Amino acid sequence: MAQIELDLAHAYKPNPQVETDYALLPLKMSFRDGGAYALLGPSGCGKTTMLNIMSGLVVPSQGTVKFDGVDVTRSSPQERNIAQVFQFPVIYDTMTVAQNLAFPLKNRQVPADQIRKRVGQIAEMLDMSHQLDMRAAGLSADQKQKISLGRGLVRSDVSAVLFDEPLTVIDPHLKWQLRRKLKQIHHELKLTLIYVTHDQVEALTFADEVVVMTRGKAVQVGSAEALFERPAHTFVGHFIGSPGMNFLPAQAGGGVLTVQGQAVQVPQGLAVPEGALKLGIRPEYLQVSAVAEPGTLAAVVRQVQDVGTYQMVTCDAVGVVLKLRLTPQAQAPQVGAQVFLHVLGPHTCFYKNEELVA
Amino acid sequence: MNPTEKPVNQKAWWLVLPVLLCVAFSAILPLMTVVNYSVQDIISPERRVFVGTEWFAAVMRDEELHGALWRQLQFSLAVLAVEIPLGIALALSMPAQGWKSSAVLVLVALSLLIPWNVVGTIWQIYGRADIGLLGHTLQALGFDYSYTGDPVHAWFTVLIMDVWHWTPLVALLAFAGLRSIPDAYYQAARIDGASKFAVFRYIQLPKMREVLMIAVLLRFMDSFMIYTEPFVLTGGGPGTATTFLSQYLTQKAVGQFDLGPAAAFSLIYFLIILLLCFVLYNWMQSLGTAHKEHAHA
Repeated sequence: MAQIELDLAHAYKPNPQVETDYALLPLKMSFRDGGAYALLGPSGCGKTTMLNIMSGLVVPSQGTVKFDGVDVTRSSPQERNIAQVFQFPVIYDTMTVAQNLAFPLKNRQVPADQIRKRVGQIAEMLDMSHQLDMRAAGLSADQKQKISLGRGLVRSDVSAVLFDEPLTVIDPHLKWQLRRKLKQIHHELKLTLIYVTHDQVEALTFADEVVVMTRGKAVQVGSAEALFERPAHTFVGHFIGSPGMNFLPAQAGGGVLTVQGQAVQVPQGLAVPEGALKLGIRPEYLQVSAVAEPGTLAAVVRQVQDVGTYQMVTCDAVGVVLKLRLTPQAQAPQVGAQVFLHVLGPHTCFYKNEELVA
Repeated sequence: MNPTEKPVNQKAWWLVLPVLLCVAFSAILPLMTVVNYSVQDIISPERRVFVGTEWFAAVMRDEELHGALWRQLQFSLAVLAVEIPLGIALALSMPAQGWKSSAVLVLVALSLLIPWNVVGTIWQIYGRADIGLLGHTLQALGFDYSYTGDPVHAWFTVLIMDVWHWTPLVALLAFAGLRSIPDAYYQAARIDGASKFAVFRYIQLPKMREVLMIAVLLRFMDSFMIYTEPFVLTGGGPGTATTFLSQYLTQKAVGQFDLGPAAAFSLIYFLIILLLCFVLYNWMQSLGTAHKEHAHA
């Protein structure tokens, strides 16, 4: 187990000039020993590159990787004592399930009785005890992936276990089960777990801290609550949440906020930064009034959808589409009706150049 | 499945017809001609006598043929024993990507582009003591090498010629098999701390199984039917040292015009190849699946 510190950048091609040449832009980050982290971002954002740099499969083109303060930038995965599980199941075709699970231990000359004990534990944890003597090649994709997970977890002394979208091929109902298992394992073994995914639900339920990435940049590191309440970057607001945060371009000055030429009165006690802004309001926090109040903006209801667990109302405010979520019991406004939306409230975030300012 | 769920439609047979016709004219009819010859004694085009299995019985007692068959089996097994490991080793040492990979691929494939009789001629000259590079060098080194005089030298020269000619085929097939292994397998092996040998034993070899099966069958069949190269190189000699089955058969059919025995043996020859391929195929199929019965128990 180890604290992992990154201070690096990576480009797959030589001599990177512009930002787009980089797979990972210069970043500084540290992962606490024993923490459960998720790297969250869309495809191609650099999360797998970051994972492979940590495991030692990729050497960063500049900067260092430190484990407990020791520079391991050029060390092999074996020297780092890292375990990693990949997106698609990797199994050794000619071996049985038990031999597959034992392989990482056998390669490290662990005594046979210890191997047997450990393989037994892992198999039990993954509900595979009855399959230990089966040939791995004959199993289904999710069974194979369970073997891959098992091989990642079988060594109890690893610095960290890295997961690269490990549940992609797994059935949804099993996904929940396995994710709970991983969480449980994390509590029991106190391993450092780093989990790459593009699924926010997966990231937010698995990790204590989520690293949100886009275009080779880590834009925010924080708990699920922080990412939801105070997205540090408009990308985080947009990416986290379903639907994502509403953004409203505005101009503030002298206690008045102007949205597309329409003035919004700033409620008392609310500090609004000056200049060109972007307001960010979560659909969950966007309140509706029938009459104009301080902090509201006039809008027309365009669509009301009942999604089962909530109702989604789509409004048009001076040409900007705003979405809000209502409980299934709430009385939804009529389509075509004029409503007033509380765009300035306690949960409203303010952005300048896509970065959170207040 | 319940057959009543699907309407019966026999029109699809028409779609199979072209293939049936092609196969009939290209394989079945010629084969039946051979079957026809094998059960008759053809004295002249007008006079023929039905002899039943007499030719088959005669062929089975033919000592010369036993010798040729034995030589053939030894030769084909030697070909497999040398070419398959050598081909795999070659494929493993070939560069995987970039211009070097393309260059090496072309270089390796070069010998496959040479016609059989030219290969024979090349080696015939190459091995000559007076003007051949190989023969002359060996002579100069004090080794009394002569593929025309010494049966052992002749046998090994034919073997080495075949290895030179056909190992690239095995290498190309193995190379294709290696390239189809996803990177994640190598990455996982690095994470699992696998040695180079373990990577070969547990990832590369199992993943190459399918292409290696093709390579083994192709090389077995081809070497079992080898004709042109030894014919050009040694003419089957010295003595009968390099007279393999095809050449023996040709001598019988074309040289002595014994059509009946030649046809009878052709059929036996065909069945031997079929049988050995069947055995090889099933043996290799079972290699990777040895635990299967256990899994279902």
